[in-house]
Amino acid sequence: MFQVSRLAILGGDGVQLLLNVENLVKRYAAGKSFGSREFLAALDGVSLSIQIATTLALVGESGSGKSTLALCVACLERPTSGSIWFDGRDVAALSEKQQRAVRPQIQLVFQDPSSSLNSRLTALEIVAEPLIIQRRFDKQARSKRACALLERVGISAKKAGSRPDEFSGGQRQRLAIARALALEPKLLILDEALSALDCSVQAQIANLLLELQFSLGLTYLFITHDFAMAAHLADEIAVMDHGRIVELGAAEKLLRSPEHEATRCLLAATPRFRGTANLPEGL
Amino acid sequence: MTPLLQVQDLHVAYRSRTGEVCHALAGLSFDLGPSEILGVLGESGSGKSTLAASLLRLLPPSGIITGGRILFEGQDVLHARPREMEKLRGRRISLIFQEPSVALHPAMRVRDQVEEVLRAHEPLDFAARRNRTRQVLASLFPADADRIANSYPHQLSGGQRQRVLVAQAIACGPSVVLADEPTASLDPTTQQEILTLFRTLRQALGLSMVLITHNPGLLAGLADRVLVLYAGRAVEVGPAESVLASPQHPYTRALLRCVPPLDQKSQASRKAMLPVISGESPNLSVLVRGCPFEPRCPEKMEVCKSCDPAAVPLSEAHTVSCFKFPG
Repeated sequence: MFQVSRLAILGGDGVQLLLNVENLVKRYAAGKSFGSREFLAALDGVSLSIQIATTLALVGESGSGKSTLALCVACLERPTSGSIWFDGRDVAALSEKQQRAVRPQIQLVFQDPSSSLNSRLTALEIVAEPLIIQRRFDKQARSKRACALLERVGISAKKAGSRPDEFSGGQRQRLAIARALALEPKLLILDEALSALDCSVQAQIANLLLELQFSLGLTYLFITHDFAMAAHLADEIAVMDHGRIVELGAAEKLLRSPEHEATRCLLAATPRFRGTANLPEGL
Repeated sequence: MTPLLQVQDLHVAYRSRTGEVCHALAGLSFDLGPSEILGVLGESGSGKSTLAASLLRLLPPSGIITGGRILFEGQDVLHARPREMEKLRGRRISLIFQEPSVALHPAMRVRDQVEEVLRAHEPLDFAARRNRTRQVLASLFPADADRIANSYPHQLSGGQRQRVLVAQAIACGPSVVLADEPTASLDPTTQQEILTLFRTLRQALGLSMVLITHNPGLLAGLADRVLVLYAGRAVEVGPAESVLASPQHPYTRALLRCVPPLDQKSQASRKAMLPVISGESPNLSVLVRGCPFEPRCPEKMEVCKSCDPAAVPLSEAHTVSCFKFPG
């Protein structure tokens, strides 16, 4: 009962929040000796929220805590304190067993598809694996569903028997996305999911993500170094620095008038070249 | 300006165990002048890394240089004897590797790893080597060279490790440095730091560089000239500003259009589908007649199927290999 009213309060102005992180702290032991009391605060009081069917881009330097936040949200790390409201309940406070029921709804896509996919499984097996683990459907239905997922992300079902090393980098990332979609998650965490790809392939995968968001109503937490891609894909951008969110706002506003020093530094460091995106199609 | 490094009609092929031949480089030619930075822009499979490996003749056994010439300071690199190659490699032409965490020995101190390069190439005694190592590290880490020298790679950040690789590459005072995706694993701030370092080194040491990357943004403001590689061929070569700001070859145009712009972001263009290059990336195991980009090209013509386009000069320094431009 409390949880339902909580969600209603959060969505005060009529918007529905899928994720609301409040004052999240994650400390790791950092002392040199065993049993030391020194800690490193990877997350130092992070608060953010994502509306349903929108994208929040999380931008920051290496070591700013982006991936730790992703792991906490995905219930793969336990935060030291704070709460993570996902779909109406605080997943940080759930028991291990209860978390197991939440995890399928939050899926991850990692940076390097060649290391995040098991090279000894076929494409079909990779996509069907989450369904096996969650004991969904029988064998035949699983294969059928896995084939449909492959087609959905643009991999021909004819290639379902191929292994990851027979695919190109972009196709492997499509495979990783298909696997993430297998359990029909509500939130997809994209941890540098485009960074390892060529720019023409980045554009293809970015388009796939946009198209999936439009048609399935997915919510994305898009972690990246790339400000330009963040600005393109995201509704809101959050800038992290030393375990804190230093600036959060609508993508356009943040780009037009960055307020925090860290944001300005990141923007200044973003490689850019003039004019090309406005090229007309022909000559 | 006499070129320092000349590559003429270079052909490199890989032969797999099944006998399939993959033509990684198919007739690549370019020059590199003294203290010039040449950016090589290409996607995976375009032959970027093959190019770096062939210049140093470090191709794996399956890779064969089937034709062409590489001249370095007038010397024919492809016909140099192994002894002569050893004098070039690491000493006159050095390579900065892609992944600093893999390229460094995890159980050797930074100082020893830089010293190792000197030991291999320079007839110096221990004290002179130590001294030279200290100088090189001090030039790259002005604030804390001694601490870095005593560290192991795992104690350093990604940017610091990349600097150590740069230290190894410049230890012997080479005239050409090849950098194969030197900043791929770094975040943008560190990336900029390394690029600034390259700029400083070029000025301070008069280095020439071949900077190989898939990210056009890295080349803006750093490279003097850009060579766009597609299917092992140079499709467009020219001054960096003109190639990046007003690309002429259909492939370069399509490639640069894929990158979302950071500026003038309007509500309308955000979350819109990005333009993509349609079609499949080229299959290099069949040597096709005609332009390799023809199957994906939005502006293809009849002639593109049957003839190989030659490089057409648009201006003194800008050439494009496309039939759209009358020679």
